[in-house]
This record gives sequence, C-alpha cells and structure tokens, in this order.
Amino acid sequence: MYVAVKGGERAIDNSCALLAEARRGDPDVPDLSIAQIEQQLRLAVDRVMAEGSLYDRELAALAIKQAAGDLVEAIFLLRAYRATLPRLADSEPIVTAAMDARRRISAVFKDLPGGQVLGPTYDYTQRLLDFSLAAEEIPVPRVQADGIAGAGGRECNEENMAGVVGLLAQEGLIETHAPRDGDPEPQDLTRQPLTFPATRSARLQNLARGDEGFLLAMGYSTQRGYAHTHPFAGEIRYGIVEVEIVPEELGFAVAIGEIEVTECQMVNQFAGSKSAPPQFTRGYGLAFGHSERKSMAMALVDRALRAEELGEAVKAPAQMQEFVLSHSDNLEASGFVQHLKLPHYVDFQSELELVRKMRAAHNQPCDGECAA
Amino acid sequence: MNALDESVLDTREAGYNFAYLDERTKRMIRRAILKAVAIPGYQVSFGSREMPLPYGWGTGGIQITASIIGHDDVLKVIDQGADDTVNAVNIRRFFQRTTGVATTERTSAATLIQTRHRIPEIPLCEGQILVYQVPIPEPLAKLEPREAETRVLHGLAEYGLMHVKLYEDIARHGHVAATYDYPVMVDGRFLMSPSPIPKFDNPKMHMNPALQLFGAGREKRIYAVPPYTRVESLAFEDHPFEIQRWREACSMCGARDSFLDEVITDDNGARMFVCSDTDYCSLRRADSLDTTQGEDQ
Repeated sequence: MYVAVKGGERAIDNSCALLAEARRGDPDVPDLSIAQIEQQLRLAVDRVMAEGSLYDRELAALAIKQAAGDLVEAIFLLRAYRATLPRLADSEPIVTAAMDARRRISAVFKDLPGGQVLGPTYDYTQRLLDFSLAAEEIPVPRVQADGIAGAGGRECNEENMAGVVGLLAQEGLIETHAPRDGDPEPQDLTRQPLTFPATRSARLQNLARGDEGFLLAMGYSTQRGYAHTHPFAGEIRYGIVEVEIVPEELGFAVAIGEIEVTECQMVNQFAGSKSAPPQFTRGYGLAFGHSERKSMAMALVDRALRAEELGEAVKAPAQMQEFVLSHSDNLEASGFVQHLKLPHYVDFQSELELVRKMRAAHNQPCDGECAA
Repeated sequence: MNALDESVLDTREAGYNFAYLDERTKRMIRRAILKAVAIPGYQVSFGSREMPLPYGWGTGGIQITASIIGHDDVLKVIDQGADDTVNAVNIRRFFQRTTGVATTERTSAATLIQTRHRIPEIPLCEGQILVYQVPIPEPLAKLEPREAETRVLHGLAEYGLMHVKLYEDIARHGHVAATYDYPVMVDGRFLMSPSPIPKFDNPKMHMNPALQLFGAGREKRIYAVPPYTRVESLAFEDHPFEIQRWREACSMCGARDSFLDEVITDDNGARMFVCSDTDYCSLRRADSLDTTQGEDQ
C-alpha cells in the first residue's frame, strides 16, 4: 500500500544534525578555530571574500568552517549574509598606484620604477609535497633582509611604483580610460538586475564576483584561438590599499580602512581602426585578497568582452556578453544545476504520458500518410 | 573588522526583519509586482537579492511572498502539489521562522499560496494570491537564448518562432510535444511561461479570480496575471489545446478529475496512481468518510 511521504520536517531536522556531525568529524581531533582558518587558509578566505563580495576575513573564515571547506557553499553563506546589510556609503575609487605592494611584477619590462617585487608566490616553488609540514610546529624560514628581488613588506612603499599602464600612456601607446565629466555611477548588480548590452562597469562587477574556475576556463579559451586577444601581463600587483569615503556632512575624504587586493593590467595588441590609431588596449582584473589566477583570467575575459566596442568580430563564447555574464555566477549555476534534486514528479509524469503516447504511435503500422 | 561581535552571533532569526527582507527591498519588489500587474504577462526586471536558500530552489517565489506577506496572512506552500515535500516544508519553515504567520495545508483556508509546478485542484477565489516559483521566465529561451533578442520579440509581439515550433511538433508527431511549461498568451498580448506546471493546469489560469504572481529569482524577473485575465494556451484551429487524461482514478480518493502521480509499488513495476494535490485528496477522503459514517447511522 502506498504510504504518503510524510514527516519531511523531522527528516530535515535529522539531516541537519547529521550534517553538523559530519562537519565536525572525529571529536577527538581538536576543533578548527576561526583564527587558524583566517591565518593558515588565507587564500581560501580571499576567494570566499572575492566571490562573496564582502571584505571580512573573519566572517569568510567562519563561512569556510561552517561549509566544511566547500568554498562555493561558503561564498553562498557570505552572500546571503551580505544581502541583509545596509548600504552606508559608496567608497571613493581605490588608488592601486598608491598600493602598499607586497608583490608587483611586470612581464613586459625587465625593470621599471619600483622594480620587480616577487613577494609571496607559489610561482617558483617546486611542487614537491613537503612532508615536513605534516609534522607539527615547523619553523618558518626567515626572509633575508637585503630585499633582493623584493622581500616584500612595507618598506617597498617608500619607493615610487608607477603603474605600467601610466608609463605606456606617456607615449600615447596605450588607451587610457580617464573618467569623463559626469561619469555615471557604476552600476551595482547586487541592487539592479543585469541587462544587455551591459556597461563595462556592470561587466567588471559581474566578473569580479564570478566563479574563478569559470573565468579561468573562459580566459584560457581566448588563448587557444577562441577570440585571441594577444595578451601580455603588463602588470600584476598585490598589496594593501586604503578605502576612503566622503561623508556628506564633511565634504572631504576620510580613510575607513585598508583592504588587500590583487590587480592585473593586461596589455593587448590592437591594430587600430578607421577612427583609432594602432595602440595597445587593456583588459582589467581586480580581486579581493591575493588571487592572481582570478584577476588574470578576469582581465583576459574583460578584454575579450570588449570586442564589440573595439570593432572586432564577436565569434567566440568569451566575447559574448550574454554567454559569459549570465553563466559566471557560481551561486546561480550551483543552485540551478542542483535544483534538479528537487522533486519533478509532476513534470516527469507528464513526460511519461507523452513518451508512451509517442511510442504507441511509433509502433502503429504506417497507413501511407505518415510517409514523411 | 566588525565581524564576530555578539550582535552577529546572536542574530539568527531574531536579528532579521519580518519576512527576512528589509523594508526597502520589499518596496522595490512590490513596485516590480505593481508594474507586472499593470502589464499582464510582461516580465519585469527586479533587483533580485541573494536569499538564504539556493537559486533555482524558489528564491523568486520566496522574494515575492516575503514582500507581500502580512501578519494576518495564512500561508500554504506546495511543491508538486504536495505540502509535505521537503522543499515545500523548508520554505514553509523559513516563513514560520521569519514571520510567525499561520500556515495551513487547506487551499481554501490560505490567503497566500506559494507553489512549485502545480495549481491546486480546488478553485481559488477572490482575494487569494498564488505565487509561482519560476526557473526560466522566458518562454522563448529554448528557441532564442539571447535576452537582448527576446526582449525585442516581445516588444513587437513577434511570436512566429513559437508558432513554428508548435507547427513542427505537429508535423513530426501529430501533436504538440510539450506537456508542461506549455506556453500561454496573456490578455491577447504577451507570450508567457506558466512555469513548469503540467498543461493540465493551464486552463485554471484563465479568468482565475485570484491574483497570480510569478517570481524568477536567479533570472531576476517578476510577472503577473491579474484576476479575471484571459490566459490562452497556444494551439491551432485544427489542433486544439488538450489536457492530459488518465484511464485510472486516484487509488486513495477515487478522483478522476485531478492530476495523478504514478507511484511504483514493487520491484516488478506494479503501479498505482494518486492525486498530486495532497490537500484535494485528503479532503475527498475525509468527505467520503463523513458520508459513509452518515450512512451507518
């Protein structure tokens, strides 16, 4: 006899209890502290802040703990929390040229003002599992004080570290994007829906919140012939910038805090058009925290998405606004893919009926009229 | 930064506004709803928020419900016609936690019904609001994925694409090969997705005394069918619209006029059919029980 599926509420409660148990794991192993996650899983924290669109290391670490390390789930937690926060002010544009850079490299000039500063990077590590990390309390190697190739740290700040784009712009070799008078406020996709064609500010916000894996694949596709944009990593810098707001009652800017960001200026070839002389164009990437993969991929995709504006043929997926911007958000994607877990009895019943009907028709002998 | 002070840790339900959304957001959504009601079937963009439930799991419907629910409302939540499927339970719990309003499983007792994939069997009446959860609001999406294009097609009421698709179905199969999310024309003007309800439910939308609101959170669209509005399922004169019929009756209540789910009952594939609308089914069983008891006396 059919038993109606009752007791959904208790089943959900039990599922939540099982989840809590699974998250904690073996209770004999010490609980992870938020500070440990924040300090020792800093790149996970950075990704959650970037795609969660909320700069708060502690909350991001909490979300990672609650999500048992599932970063997309952690991003979800942070975004849902963020949606309830009031908007107090818009910040002034951050000035990355004044960044207190812990790392700055350029792939287009061997040396440049401020120098190449390697800072902390996995780039030159040999990817050998370091079994000494499995032991507890390993001593951390000390940074040598002479700062060759950039030991990083605050001392770099003293030196002028002009951006590569600015240097190229002095010669007019690269496009500049000085804000026009009456430059409209950037669109905020968390308040207004995305519409097409999307403005560049909307596109950049979308990409900045976009899934790192998705952007990586889209950026990669542009390097493999799907919308080749001849990119050079003009400059990548990571460090601390000040955030300022201009309170209405004061009328001048005050600093409200510091954030870490990674910025990528991609420099791309451009043959010129009837109205524009040949010059380099730019793709731009920016992410909270330390995320070079994300900001570089973002810069590639940003440049590809400018195809229409620059009079290039729109042929590849990475150039198609609707394709890229509608599918970049991992919460939208994850939710909709996984909604297939929800019951679809009714739709499936309708399909069953249709397939049976079509099969019945298929098995009937043809009476000549259905020859087509 | 501010982070983990007690106010954050203590919030949970208590720290959130009535029905979760803040009042400014509700007002923004209500404006979109008003516009949608004023232009039946037209998809209004709105600043969809990230809800604490996943996109694709009813966030559009939840945002509409959250924006219009009041303390005196009586809420019913169904998924596939049933009040007790897990996602319906979860959404109902969400509103119980954030509003404390009364909930019900009785269609006739509800002032506000949020649904996924069904319209209740018991006819709705004036004053009731039916909120649909919508995955893909654009009826033309499968034929033209670019939104910039579909907007123009709607603007021009140019629905040739859809008619050709239906025509091709008929040419190939002898009938329209769509059984749910069957496209409708609203008030003779806008082509609309009724959401993935079975086409069995389509006729219920026509001239319905209740207000029907549709929310697509992930796609950031709201649309509406005001009370007593014409809603016609697309068809051709020589191929009129038809709804599903079953040879079987509901094994539990004997209904022959409701949408039946097929349930597999053993390893040999034995089947039975039961009403997908659990409230309708249980009401009918209660009625027949009353009748038999009456006869016994």
